[in-house]
Amino acid sequence: MSATTAMEVNVEARRILAVSISKLYASRTQRGGLRLHRSLLLSLVMRSARDIYHSSRESEVLTGAPSEEPMDTSSSQGEQTPQPEPQPEPQPILNSAEVTPEEPENTEDECEGEITEDKENLSPSRQSRKRRGKASAAPDFLPSKRARLEHGEERYAAALGSCRVGAGESLTTLSLNRVIPAF
Amino acid sequence: MGEDTDATPTLNHRGFLPDHNYVTEADIISTVEFNHTGELLATGDKGGRVVIFQREPESKTEPFSQGEYNVYSTFQSHEPEFDYLKSLEIEEKINKIRWLPQQNAAHFLLSTNDKTIKLWKVSERDKRPEGYNLKDEEGRIKDISTVTSLQVPVLKPMDLMVEVSPRRVFANAHTYHVNSISVNSDYETYMSADDLRINLWHLDITDRSFNIVDIKPANMEDLTEVITAAEFHPHHCNLFVYSSSKGTLRLCDMREAALCDKHSKLFEEPEDPSARSFFSEIISSVSDVKFSHSGRYLLTRDYLTAKVWDLNMESKPLETYQVHDYLRSKLCSLYENDCIFDKFECAWNGSDSVIMTGAYNNFFRMFDRNTKRDVTLEASRESSKPRAVLKPRRVCAAGGKRRKDDISVDSLDFTKKILHTAWHPNENIIAIAATNNLYIFQDKLNSEMH
Repeated sequence: MSATTAMEVNVEARRILAVSISKLYASRTQRGGLRLHRSLLLSLVMRSARDIYHSSRESEVLTGAPSEEPMDTSSSQGEQTPQPEPQPEPQPILNSAEVTPEEPENTEDECEGEITEDKENLSPSRQSRKRRGKASAAPDFLPSKRARLEHGEERYAAALGSCRVGAGESLTTLSLNRVIPAF
Repeated sequence: MGEDTDATPTLNHRGFLPDHNYVTEADIISTVEFNHTGELLATGDKGGRVVIFQREPESKTEPFSQGEYNVYSTFQSHEPEFDYLKSLEIEEKINKIRWLPQQNAAHFLLSTNDKTIKLWKVSERDKRPEGYNLKDEEGRIKDISTVTSLQVPVLKPMDLMVEVSPRRVFANAHTYHVNSISVNSDYETYMSADDLRINLWHLDITDRSFNIVDIKPANMEDLTEVITAAEFHPHHCNLFVYSSSKGTLRLCDMREAALCDKHSKLFEEPEDPSARSFFSEIISSVSDVKFSHSGRYLLTRDYLTAKVWDLNMESKPLETYQVHDYLRSKLCSLYENDCIFDKFECAWNGSDSVIMTGAYNNFFRMFDRNTKRDVTLEASRESSKPRAVLKPRRVCAAGGKRRKDDISVDSLDFTKKILHTAWHPNENIIAIAATNNLYIFQDKLNSEMH
């Protein structure tokens, strides 16, 4: 997979993830209660989008440095501006929701920590961290405000440490499954 | 298929404010079903109402009103309810209506919303007793001193009145949303299916039901599929089929075990790995399953195709029909506007030679299994005046060669979807529900089924 198609797939996967999460939130307030079938299908799409997103990130790592650099300089600019825009949107939704699904919480916890690092380190020698920083800044549809972890979900916070090191496999079955059984 | 291009549409509609595009949500038709003789047609809507149409007997004096369907009765079947324990509103939308075979002068139908199934008795009253001894004509009690002789009340004819009364209420048996009901050929039992369970009821017993299928995993995190539709075999009262969100069909035999979790046959087509996409799972979910009248075949509908399965062949469908394959490249936008979750139903004609299903832009499709010809027709007031002949439509790919009257994929109206269709059991008469309008098309030239 070339770097450009990997980027396209990456962008597509992120977009689908964003759309899916907003659908999941919207389905909570739907008349008639949560539809199990619909929630299941949404979680399946989210899972494939996330798998494809992570595998395209891996292929970005594999394709090497030169193709990455032009993206760094442009995206570091781009990062600042689009971030505030999508965030206020999902933020009110998260604030009003009583139970927040875990995946956005975990990824945004990761997000918050990585963003600050990313601004400080732009040199190519810190490639691996930068890349992760970009990727973790990628879910920019999520609010930057740290959502509180619900009781009983603390054990998932431990997985965060491994997320930073690994390519994200530890996120695999993390919380998509938990979205459904809440009902 | 000459029969369809010569179809003479008879327009019956219950539109609200016909000159405006505004549609009251409560008027959206959610189910359509002919009874076993085709004399009656029932529709259910989102507002919990049921409207029954009756076919007028053909009369020699008015040849043009032969066999038209007119409103016979309207009643409120379900009301919105509130589950206080779960803080959930229960919608009054009628998900399915199924008629019972007629055994006496009255008609019976089952109607269900998400949680409760009701048995309704529809009966006619055309005579009224007159000449009571103790009551006068208006029903007031007579002064006893004025009664000097006894008379026997007599039945006098009156204007026809259709009375509908709820005879049974089958409640509190489903945790999840009921998607199907099916009356058994033994005429004593029926089943109701929700996302994870199927229950068997006796028509006379409301306080208990038997659970015959339960696919709920011990840990809900392991949930991978749900039940999407279920139906009894038309002749064998021990057999039924249910479809899943994974695109599989399971045929179960109730004689094998009390709990039919283990299927007798599993119908599944292996997935084509080259067609894999983000949305493969959604589009393979079966939205409707119907036995053929013969009981030999199964018809299923998933998002893009309709498939005919032979009960004797589990490995793959007998026939696959592309309903609107031009949407395959648009799945992402259809996911965003929620259309990808639409559940289309499908129908057989009486002789099992033609299958029908709905699509978008108020189009519906018919496939002739023998000639392999198919047609796309439109159900809309603009394109069909009463007694006009329906014109076949064609959808062409964007930028492709366009004939006059063709419509391009990008100009399809995805808010106009035909999810519910029904075919008369014996004749070439079809009922199409297009949002809040009901269209009934009759084929006058070829009334006989072939």
